[in-house]
This record gives sequence, structure tokens and C-alpha cells, in this order.
Amino acid sequence: MQIKPILAALRHHKAGTLLIAAQIALTLAIVCNALFIIHARLVRLHQPSGIDEASLLVIGNQWAGKPGSDQMASLMAADLDTLRKVPGVANVYATNTFPLGNGGMALGVSHSPDKLKSVTTSGIYFADENALATLGLKLVEGRNFRPDEIGQLDRQGYVKPDVVIITRALAALMFPQRSAIGQPIYISAKPSIVIGIVDELRTPWVDTSFAKWADYSTLIPYRELTPIVQYIVRVQPGQLDEVMHRVRAALYAANRLRVISPKDGVRSFAQVREQAYRDDRGMAILMSGISVILLLITGAGIVGLTSFWVGQRRKQIGVRRALGATRHDILSYFLTENLLIAVGGVVLGGVLAIGLNLWLMKQFELDRLAPGYLLAGVVTLLLLGQGAVLAPALRASRVPPVEATRSI
Amino acid sequence: MFAYYSQLGLRSLRRNPMLTALMVMAIGFGVAASMITYSVFRAVSGDPIPEKSAQLFMPEIDSWGPQQNEHGEPPGALNYVDAMALLRAHQASRMTLIYQVMQTVLPHEANAVPSASTGYAVTADFFTMFNVTFQYGSGWSTADDDARAADVVITDAFNQRMFGGANSVGQKITLSGHDYRIVGVTRHWDPSPRFYDVWSEAGFDNPPDFYFLLNRALDLHTDNAGRNSCRGRITYNGWDQYLQSNCVWLMPWVELDTAAEVTRYHQFLEAYSADQQRAGRFAWAPNVRLPDVMKWLDVREVVPPESRISLVVALSFFVICLVNTIGLLLAKFMRRAGEIGVRRALGATRHEIYAQYLVEAAAVGLAGGVLGLLLTTAGMSGVGLLFEPEVARLAHLDLSLIGMTLMAAIFATVAAAFYPAWRAAQVQPAWQLKSN
Repeated sequence: MQIKPILAALRHHKAGTLLIAAQIALTLAIVCNALFIIHARLVRLHQPSGIDEASLLVIGNQWAGKPGSDQMASLMAADLDTLRKVPGVANVYATNTFPLGNGGMALGVSHSPDKLKSVTTSGIYFADENALATLGLKLVEGRNFRPDEIGQLDRQGYVKPDVVIITRALAALMFPQRSAIGQPIYISAKPSIVIGIVDELRTPWVDTSFAKWADYSTLIPYRELTPIVQYIVRVQPGQLDEVMHRVRAALYAANRLRVISPKDGVRSFAQVREQAYRDDRGMAILMSGISVILLLITGAGIVGLTSFWVGQRRKQIGVRRALGATRHDILSYFLTENLLIAVGGVVLGGVLAIGLNLWLMKQFELDRLAPGYLLAGVVTLLLLGQGAVLAPALRASRVPPVEATRSI
Repeated sequence: MFAYYSQLGLRSLRRNPMLTALMVMAIGFGVAASMITYSVFRAVSGDPIPEKSAQLFMPEIDSWGPQQNEHGEPPGALNYVDAMALLRAHQASRMTLIYQVMQTVLPHEANAVPSASTGYAVTADFFTMFNVTFQYGSGWSTADDDARAADVVITDAFNQRMFGGANSVGQKITLSGHDYRIVGVTRHWDPSPRFYDVWSEAGFDNPPDFYFLLNRALDLHTDNAGRNSCRGRITYNGWDQYLQSNCVWLMPWVELDTAAEVTRYHQFLEAYSADQQRAGRFAWAPNVRLPDVMKWLDVREVVPPESRISLVVALSFFVICLVNTIGLLLAKFMRRAGEIGVRRALGATRHEIYAQYLVEAAAVGLAGGVLGLLLTTAGMSGVGLLFEPEVARLAHLDLSLIGMTLMAAIFATVAAAFYPAWRAAQVQPAWQLKSN
């Protein structure tokens, strides 16, 4: 295929050529950044929390009235008892927060009691002897809390646990050379001995600004005596829906002076996850929608302009056909022409895409665009261009040689 | 002439329905995507209290010091000791301290169960400073603040929920086991973002149900339900030690009416910090800030990155749609080179050709705008499915948005048509007639 005559012809359609190239370039820049954002968001959606989400429920409970500490302790114990008796409930414990809960307590962790600079920040989970079994966490080293180790923490109380269970990631960070079991860490002015290490447990926050210490969780043996408490319930396999309805009724039957929000007081972890990542999912859907429409519009634009060119050049096409050009020659002329424009467009678009990505990185702390996305975008747009040009090009190839003799 | 051009334009639009449909769709989708994201952006980035945002300031004092603060900035809220010192100093014409609370509410009917409610512990100036208007009754006075009165102001929505919207002033309400007397019911007042509480939350959560006295809330050891941030070892045990700790959780606001007052207040903050340094409480030089409402929203980065990214993407999307429209208009106009030649030969000036094609483009723009409006309306209901309901409920279609949608579509299309119309006007009549 001779490129030269095509280039010469393109020179007569500068505006149209530039417009198609510009459109391809801009589309590429947006689409591959959008793909990248979509992928990053989807990865977040499926980030494991470390717990056995499929069989867990969370109940947000708030006591009415003004119960004192002793009263709250007995109310909580009674509730745990009530929940344990609900058919289908396998295990339960009371805590301040849970993975994907997007709220809770974070404390600095260090090697010595006097600290201005801590090694890292850790998400703090209040736990008792049933927490590990309820959440489905695997102990990789050490032991669980004993019932006699579980303390009670008053409002604004001093968090100073004697023993803690930490995640494998936190253990490796604090004690890279040796086992963390039996070692002290400091989350208060008093040492807390590490008695157990769990495989994986993410901190409660999903926001990316917390991502750098998302794996550093600490379980502390306390029941927190505040009017607001979260019960985590482990359900026997296959009974999630039934138990969801039963627990609310059972708790209200035991004691009416409480608030369990009718809207989201009892949630399965599937719901918790959906709410936690709602914005990420929304962003992924929005970006996908925009990308698809953008590709369609660009394709339609190419069809429109090429049809116009074909219409304009019917006479020339007829002349070429009369001079011996085959249908195939005409078809490949238009396909090659489009390919040349598209290649020009994607080269420019590649530069724009990287520029846009750099700007997004600066403005929104996105990651660097992986080359795969750019490549996928380039291939998509080249194929789109060829696909879009096919119909007008086929129509051109069907122009009869006799057209050369007609005046219009 | 305009009517004639419009008629010509409509006829021409009907002539290539495919090409016209493509253009109308490109503009419709482009403008709809831009408008939907813009409406969300507008909702989250606007001035929440335009009549007073330049007189309201958030005093910040660095109580953590250079080793523990974040990038040299003060923490963004005050600890109890500093907050009370500012309140007692009376250096601003008005001042309030705020923290968020969660309370249970006892129902009126015997067989109903308690429900949850959220509110703020505030001082008397809160209502006057922030221009809160009342449906019934009013706020409380500074004398009530000092008397630690069990007064509460409830919002119209909470009044609707608890009292069916009737005048409830003077009624009793039980919040977390304590009785309060209702002194006022506000009209709907929910600045968006909730600028006075953006330190503690995102600023777009569900609106509060009530406001009660800060002094009394502190007396009753009412827990802070908002953000609490501490530095160093947390060694407090119990409420009184907590109040003396370095934990920051109280959000102060002052009203300063003139530039001189602002300068004076800033100097006061510096002097206060210097005093603390001399007294040995702070081991660092004064580090204070006094941003007004808009500056504060900017510092807190209240606009969610989601809505900013989608605005950028939607605007680029619109640009691509316009590039597409330029190409299609060019094709459409140049296809009629013959017709233009005839008109020119019959005496039409270049200017008239130009005008005719711009009018035609405007017609395309109008059609695109109407489609865009339909898509925007549909999209608005979709925003709630995609984003946090707190943000989504702020985005709504109003007259200004409808107007903007149509105007954006028409202006953009006419702007896009300048080059194609100019090319059309350049057609040489002689050449066209000759080739005919």
C-alpha cells in the first residue's frame, strides 16, 4: 500500500484530519486514566479485611437513659447471654469497632514508655476471649486471651492493657529479627506483653490516607463501658438472614430501653462492606460509563467524518476504479488512511495521558499510570478507528467505475 | 432573517438525520455528564453561609508543639483548657464552642421504643453568630449559659418527628436520661458543608436534631461523639483528667466584624500562646491561625476528591464531545458547498452565510441541550445510587442548573461552529457553479 498518495490526500483535509486525531488523542488520555482509576477502585472493593465476613453480623446498640458503669457492665453481659441463646448464633462478643467500620481508636506503638515518636500507628480493637473465634481469626503464634484477663474500661478510662494480640504485619514491623511473643510493646506508659499473633486483621478505616498502617491492628482485652457498643455475632452456616431478624427481636424482648437503629442497626458484613466502599464503587461505575460513551462518541465521529470524505470523493474513487484499482484497493486505502490518523492521534494521546496522570498524581495522590493501561487504551482506540471506518470504506469500495463519467 | 435561517436550519437538520442525531447525542451526553458532576461539586464547594462567611473565624492554637503537630500546623480544634481560656477572655464580639453529642430520646407513647438523636453542645452565641432563625421561641441567653440551664433548641425536622410539627416551646424532652426544656424550634437550617463541624466530620452527614448548653453538657460528662485527637501517651483516667489532657475536641468560632478586630484577635491569640510558653505549658513559640469560613473549608479539604476528579473527567468529556461536534459540523456544512455556491452567486454575502450556519448550529445546540436536560434529570436520581447519600442529597436540579444546561449546550455548539461556518462562508461560488 502506498502511503505517499494518502498523505498527499490528507494534506487537502487538514481540518478533518486534525479533528479526528485530536479526538482520538483526547479520548485515549481520558479512557486510559479512567481505566486505571476503575481498576484501582475495584482492587479496593475487594481488599480482604482478614475476618470471616460471610458469617458475621454487626449490631450497633445504644443504651437509653444514663446507665452507670456497673449497670452498663451487667447490661452488656446480659445482652451477650441473650444473643448466645438466639438459635443460629455460633459466637458473639462486644467491641468498640470492627474492620470496615470507619471509626474507632488509633494509638501510637513504640518500644519504650517515653515516646514522642512512635514506630507506627495501630488500630485498636476491644476484644475478649471470644473475639478471635467470632471473627474467624487464625492465631499463627502464641495464645488467645483468657477470660480472667478481660478488663473493663470506664468512659475516658486509661487504656493500659497488660497483654495484647497483634497482627503478623505489626509483629514483623516491631520485631523484625525475633518472635514478638513475650515481648513488650508500648501503647500506653505501661508495657503490654504480646501473647498472640493473628494472621491478618485490617484496621477499621478504608480511607486511603490510613492505608500505610492498614495492616497494623492491635487487640486489647477490654470491654468498653460506654452507652454505645457494637456486638459482633458469628452465625451458623446458611442462617444469616434468619438470625438477622431474630437478634433484634431477642434484644428488645430482653430490654426495651435501648436503640438499635431500624435502618442500619443490624447489618451483615456484606452491607458493611457495601457502605464502606460506596464511593469507590460509584466512582468505578461513573468512570466506566463515561469511558464507554466516550468511545461510542469517538467512533460515531469517525464514521461521520469518513462518510463525508467518501461522499466528497466519489468521483475520484470512480476514476481510480476505472483506471484499474480493485475494490480491495479502495477499502484498504480508507483503512490505511484512518490507521495513519489514528496512529498520529494515539502518539499525541499517549503524551496527553501521561501528562493527565502526572497532574492527577499531584492533585489527588493517585498512583503512576501502569504502562499496561496505556497499551490497552492504544489498542482499543486503533481497533475502534478501524471498526468505525469499515462501513464507510466498504461503501466507498462499492462505488462503480462508471461514477468517473458522471458530473456529480 | 433569523426566522428564515432557523427554518433553513431545521430543514437541513432533517436532511441528514444520522449526522444530526450524532451531534445532538454528543452534546446531550457531554452537557449532561458535566452538569451532573457540576451539581455535586457546586453542592460541596459552595459558601455555606455567604452573608457572614467573612466575619466568622476559627481560632487555632498549636497546643501540641512542633514535635507532635502535623507539618507544623495547629491541630484544628482546641483542648478544654485553651478553649475555656478563650471563652473567658471575651476578646471577640461573639464566640461559641461546639462539640458533637449522641443522645437517646425517650418516646412520648408508652409502647414505642427509644430512638437515637444527634446534636451539638454549644454556647448561646451560636444562634446569633450563625444566623439561625426560629420557627417557635428562640435560643438561650448568655445568662442561661452561666446558669447552666437545662434548655434545648430543637430543629424543625426533630420537632416534626417528636411533636408532629406543633409549637413545642416549653415542652419537656428526655435526652439520655436527663430532662430538658425546649426553648426554641429552628427553621430549616443546615449549611452545606456544615462548616462549623468540618474538623470532626466530612461536613455533609445528616443534620443535627438539637442544640443544648455546652456548660451543662460538660457538667453531665456528656461524651464527645465527634472526633477526638490526642498526642503522646494517653494517661488520663476519668472525665476530669480528660479535660486537662492534650486531647483536642472543642471547635471554637468567633465573630469579628472589622479588619482591625481580626488583627487584634490574632494578636490576642499570639499573646495567649506566649503566656502559655512563659508559664511553661507550651515549650514552643506561639503558632496560631485565624482562618475565616472559606479559608477553613479549604484547609480542611472539604470537597471530596471523588467529586473533583469526576468534575475534571466530565469537563474533558464535554471538550471531546465538542471536538467531535466541530468535525461533524464541518462535514455537514461542507457537504452543502454546492448550495452555498448557488446562494452566494444569487447575492448572499459571506456574512449572511456565516450567520445562517451559526443559527443552524444553535438549533443543534438547543436540541442537544434539551436531550442533556433529560439525561441530567435521569442522572440526578442516579447520583444517589453511586455516591454517599449525604453528598447525593445535596445535588438537585434547580432553575439555575436548567438554565446553565441549555446555555452551556447552545454556547458550546455555537463556539464549535465558528470554524466550520467560516469554512462554509469561504466557499468560492464560481468553482462550485463550474463543477455543477
